[in-house]
Amino acid sequence: MDLFEYQGKQYFARYGIPTSPGGVASTVDEAVAQAEAAGYPVVVKAQVKVGGRGKAGGIKLAADAEEVRRHAGAILGMDIKGHVVHRLWIEHASDIAEEYYASFTLDRPAKTYLGMLSAEGGVEIEEVAATNPGAIARLHVDPVRGLDVAAAHRWAEEAGLPDAARDQAAEVLVALYRCYEEGDCDLAEINPLILTTGGRVHALDAKVTLDDNARFRHPEWEEFAATETEDPREQMARDKGLNYVGLSGDVGIIANGAGLAMSTCDVVSQVGGAPANFLDIGGGANADVMSAALEVINADPSVRAIFVNIFGGITRVDEVAKGVIEALGRVDLRSPIVLRLDGTNVQEGRALLQPHLSDGLMAEATMLEAARRSVALAAAGERGSEERA
Amino acid sequence: MSIFVDETTTVVVQGLSPTSQGMYHGKRNRDYGTKVVAGTNPGRGGEVIEGIPVFATVAEAVEATGASASFVSVPPAYAAAAILEAAEAGISFIVCITEGIPAHDEARTYNRLVQDHPGTRLLGPNCPGIISPGKCNIGITSGDIALAGGPVGIVSRSGTLTYQALHELSQQGVGQTTCVGIGGDPVPGTNFIDCLAAFQEDPDTLAVMMIGEIGGSEEERAAEFISEHVTKPVVCYVAGVTAPPGRRMGHAGAIISGSQGTAQAKMEALSAAGAVVAQNPTEAGVRMVEIVKGLG
Repeated sequence: MDLFEYQGKQYFARYGIPTSPGGVASTVDEAVAQAEAAGYPVVVKAQVKVGGRGKAGGIKLAADAEEVRRHAGAILGMDIKGHVVHRLWIEHASDIAEEYYASFTLDRPAKTYLGMLSAEGGVEIEEVAATNPGAIARLHVDPVRGLDVAAAHRWAEEAGLPDAARDQAAEVLVALYRCYEEGDCDLAEINPLILTTGGRVHALDAKVTLDDNARFRHPEWEEFAATETEDPREQMARDKGLNYVGLSGDVGIIANGAGLAMSTCDVVSQVGGAPANFLDIGGGANADVMSAALEVINADPSVRAIFVNIFGGITRVDEVAKGVIEALGRVDLRSPIVLRLDGTNVQEGRALLQPHLSDGLMAEATMLEAARRSVALAAAGERGSEERA
Repeated sequence: MSIFVDETTTVVVQGLSPTSQGMYHGKRNRDYGTKVVAGTNPGRGGEVIEGIPVFATVAEAVEATGASASFVSVPPAYAAAAILEAAEAGISFIVCITEGIPAHDEARTYNRLVQDHPGTRLLGPNCPGIISPGKCNIGITSGDIALAGGPVGIVSRSGTLTYQALHELSQQGVGQTTCVGIGGDPVPGTNFIDCLAAFQEDPDTLAVMMIGEIGGSEEERAAEFISEHVTKPVVCYVAGVTAPPGRRMGHAGAIISGSQGTAQAKMEALSAAGAVVAQNPTEAGVRMVEIVKGLG
């Protein structure tokens, strides 16, 4: 789960990472009230989960209430790369002397944590990595041993942070590490981490991605989850406990297992079609799960054909076939289904299906044939709907 | 022969109760012929459940039965502790199928194992387990779809695609030495390279099928290893060509970050390393059957 900047800053505050005084606003009046509380001049910042806000006009400096009104009015409702601004973060403007970069993520190949620190902050770190890789000091942190202030201090020195900033920066780095580790982040990034003209080091931005698997031990994440703007199809699938990712095509996909679901999307696109979604219903495939999956797919207006791809291992194919037949009795489908069932007891399963086959329920023996059939049906469905229109 | 587990492997199932996941799968594994010698449950030490003696701790189970492997399918919140308990008790091979373990728990556990228990191998978490057909099956793979006798070794990040691969080979009469599901999480205990090295060493394995997916760089690293150390034929398939960046495709580790971890890049690296790269799982099966027939 990605956090908005304001949520990231709230999360930082829990771990003692200093930020500028400020607050969140969803109306112009609230923005003015937050600005009065933070003290002028303030920065009015669009809250969207996408980079490049500044260039898009989503970050403005305001010297008084009138300017806050003008900027807040312009930024609220603004569309930044497809993300509509519903909230603003208003904070006291800082006098910036220097800008740094600091982050922690998992280094998957090394199987340890990777800290990145640079004296060249305020720009995209990917850009720094490409143009001046020497400007990034990388530190591998052993997840068992952790990071202490002395190591953080040496790291700050190596990154070329000036004397004036090092002591405070080391404290911030240790706090950021705690936030990353104890806070179960996939990514904890400060860009920029600033040194003010007054000699204070603090976070001017916050980019935090939380590990969804750790949600069970973080009740405080509930409020973050509440503001997640989701594709309505994904919301529905989540409510039904299904693993769904919305895509933009017209062939609905249901498969058991993440790898098989991905592979099914790939094969559909290999034969010239476009998957409408990724949907993994997990290892088994009983009538309840299958009905729920079909309901989610059926609710997607762009779906013209449905490809159900199930490999029966522990759940045998005959059991899967029974589940599919029962589910079809429960859900009134708008689109035809192409079924590909394989695995243990495949003959028994196919025999069970035989009497139920029709123009609305077809079976194919292989993934490739089933993909071709569903793509052809989706194309025909598209033509049909155009003719009706 | 086989890799990691064989007919001499003895298994303790952690978290055994009449209704637990461990019981369900442990019984299936025992029915397959796996030597399931013990279970653990802090509240049920001394009981015997369906013929399996239960001990309060893994240490007691090892002491009494000499178990060499353990099977962990406890809920995410308890999995890290269960893995470490097994390692501390001297278990040398741990299979953890638990899905949904926080990434930091995995990172801490992995590094703890490397530092304090270098003799212990962890398979998983979030994996289907391992099967050496006809000898030993630990995990959730259906024994029915595997065929004993080799000569193919399989290593995969995905569960159902592994079953698919097993099934396609078995249908064509091509057997397997061992099939290892390494799982789709960010910090797997055992990776492609560990399995490729073991298959290269195993005299009965004559070819290897490798099934990857988007995210991370394990496939790219495996490609480097293949070009330098693997002389046996390798057939690969990588899932997720159509996956959008930044979205987690079911597995926690299956996510394209920026331009990193795409299926295309992985397939190119594997192809450059001399592996046969198939465009879909069916083709991977067909290509492997051709290779095995060519071996005579």
